[in-house]
Amino acid sequence: MSEIKRGYARSLDLKHGRVDLTHGSGGRAMVQLISELFAKHLGNEYLGQGNDGAVLPPPMLAGRPARIVMSTDSHVVSPLFFPGGDIGCLSVHGTVNDVAVMGATPLYLAAGFILEEGFALADLARIVESMAQAARAAGVPVVTGDTKVVERGKGDGVFITTTAVGVLPDGLELGGSRARSGDAVLVSGSIGDHGVAIMSQRENLSFDAPIVSDTAALNGLIAGMLATGADIRCLRDPTRGGLAATLNEIAAQSGVGMMLHEKAIPVKPVVAAACELLGIDPLNVANEGKLIAICAAADAPHLLAAMRNHPLGVAAAVIGEVVTDAHHFVQLTTAFGGRRIVDWLASDQLPRIC
Amino acid sequence: MKYIDEFRDGAVAQSIAANIAATVEPQRRYSFMEFCGGHTHAISRYGLSDLLPPNVRMVHGPGCPVCVLPIGRVDLAINLALSRDVILCTYGDTLRVPASNGLSLMKAKARGGDIRMVYSTLDALQVARDNPQREVVFFAIGFETTTPPTALAIQQAQQEQLANFSVLCCHVLTPAAITQILESPEVRQWGTVPIDGFIGPAHVSTVIGSQPYEFFAEEYRKPVVIAGFEPLDVMQAILMLVRQVNEGRAEVENEFARAVTREGNLKAQDRVAEVFELRREFEWRGLGIVPYSALQIREKYAAFDAERRFDLVYASVPDNKACECGAILRGVKRPQDCKIFGTVCTPENPIGSCMVSSEGACAAHYSYGRYKDV
Repeated sequence: MSEIKRGYARSLDLKHGRVDLTHGSGGRAMVQLISELFAKHLGNEYLGQGNDGAVLPPPMLAGRPARIVMSTDSHVVSPLFFPGGDIGCLSVHGTVNDVAVMGATPLYLAAGFILEEGFALADLARIVESMAQAARAAGVPVVTGDTKVVERGKGDGVFITTTAVGVLPDGLELGGSRARSGDAVLVSGSIGDHGVAIMSQRENLSFDAPIVSDTAALNGLIAGMLATGADIRCLRDPTRGGLAATLNEIAAQSGVGMMLHEKAIPVKPVVAAACELLGIDPLNVANEGKLIAICAAADAPHLLAAMRNHPLGVAAAVIGEVVTDAHHFVQLTTAFGGRRIVDWLASDQLPRIC
Repeated sequence: MKYIDEFRDGAVAQSIAANIAATVEPQRRYSFMEFCGGHTHAISRYGLSDLLPPNVRMVHGPGCPVCVLPIGRVDLAINLALSRDVILCTYGDTLRVPASNGLSLMKAKARGGDIRMVYSTLDALQVARDNPQREVVFFAIGFETTTPPTALAIQQAQQEQLANFSVLCCHVLTPAAITQILESPEVRQWGTVPIDGFIGPAHVSTVIGSQPYEFFAEEYRKPVVIAGFEPLDVMQAILMLVRQVNEGRAEVENEFARAVTREGNLKAQDRVAEVFELRREFEWRGLGIVPYSALQIREKYAAFDAERRFDLVYASVPDNKACECGAILRGVKRPQDCKIFGTVCTPENPIGSCMVSSEGACAAHYSYGRYKDV
């Protein structure tokens, strides 16, 4: 772009313009889209290098070389804009959280966009701005990216794939296979908010419940939790499939069972009511700003206190314990006084949730 | 949640449980069929059987709409979607019911069928309005609860002259199914399925009222207690059934008086009678061919009848041989008695229809109660 005389190229029409195939063709239109939209909002010293890849400093932690954690996540949520967020901030939060729950400090993000021909540039600008804001808030810059355009009808507006890398301190090993009988199970706040917020926006399912997605970057909360020195076995963000799927994963990986207590699980009344109406279980509904922590029972009280000290953990709660069970069942004592299994969801009626 | 939590109160449950335990006669065995899948689900989800004395046994009934849908009916819908290029709309669980050739509506969708899940018949009408150049068929299933909305949709379509909308009507009737069970040899002659009483439907009864069950109480000497779908409703109904049995009564009692009257919803009944008439016979999964057990669209609304419009001919298809859904739907077997339960047949890969809906006996037991089997 820099070789073109100012004024020769009309700037992007971010009010009424639309994505067309030239924006992905490798020509000047693509360069213009990148510089006037992506670089403008996401810009930083690494992205500004303008090369095929970003050159990054060697990974260090407290002055020593550190292990790298890397995770990738594709985002295809429908609708693109929902109460409490949009695909832009979601694509930052989702991947930052995947690295953070490993115990790592997220450092950099890469972002790949698949745009559909005809997509409004104004909407794209909103999404990129939201992404930039989320990246700034999380302290994780987008250092490299890619844009492709597919023909109309071959995509759904925009799909975003993000990859995050972070650094993991020596000696810290969190993982789904480390849960032991007797451990405490904690959750950082109310469950089901994101999934129900999405459902409330689906075109053919409108109800005016004041429910907003919980989408948020959890690296700050997690840093505070790790700083307590509590013996945390595992952290995980219960996204698709909700709390039920995540706890079943951990139970299977660790070869243990779990016993939860329905009364202890935080669910907002509006979310509970919406789930009741829809005939779904909040335990199966997706979250985008919550985490599950499994820790040694003795450390649970001060870990819980640390979580509640962070704005994203004020409603944190101990919801159950890890038990010995050769069948790896996750069970629940119901508020009614009975007992039941908390199973995986067999089929997802809402496929495009994140 | 107001009006909900009151019916899920653990302390009240304990007191009703104590009352049941004090009321049952120790030498007697009580066997009650909950007709509806909604009750089956509540019993499993809230762990209700943990609160009952050992001599009270609940037998799961056939009142789960997708469970009783025979393969041949799903095949008709799949063919419409794959071969006749229609937009097929239906309720969520119907999508996963296993059909012929390893297909289900969900799998047919992956093969290119335009199959859409709707939450209401009104959504299906909207699809028809939005796609005037396409044929839109609503695959209508369910008992008396879902029938009035289908009637309403057909009337609405006629009013709007929505020429591209039609209904594949598979609505079935509760009383006919109860009769079929009571007349079955397992109940009548062999006594292999002891039924001392019924928990009567909740939502169905809001439409048809409590009157239709009076026949069963009188003719078959079986107590019926109509109950809501909340766990305390079910507990209370069990207590009421135990009392009737102890006292030798066989009456229709209404635990769900907050929603059900003797007459039911007359407006809804009128709509249904206006649009539908009895079918001479209908095949049910599990119960076989049951006379006068289902509805078809009246001549007056023939234009909206997908069976007429597309010249559909029903062909019966036998169930998978290993699947015990039929016996389970009649109360003859329990889910865990089926050889393929939880091994070959799981909610992810259902062989029989009872493993599909959360109201199905197999899915409810698998999802909530299978820890008891090990």
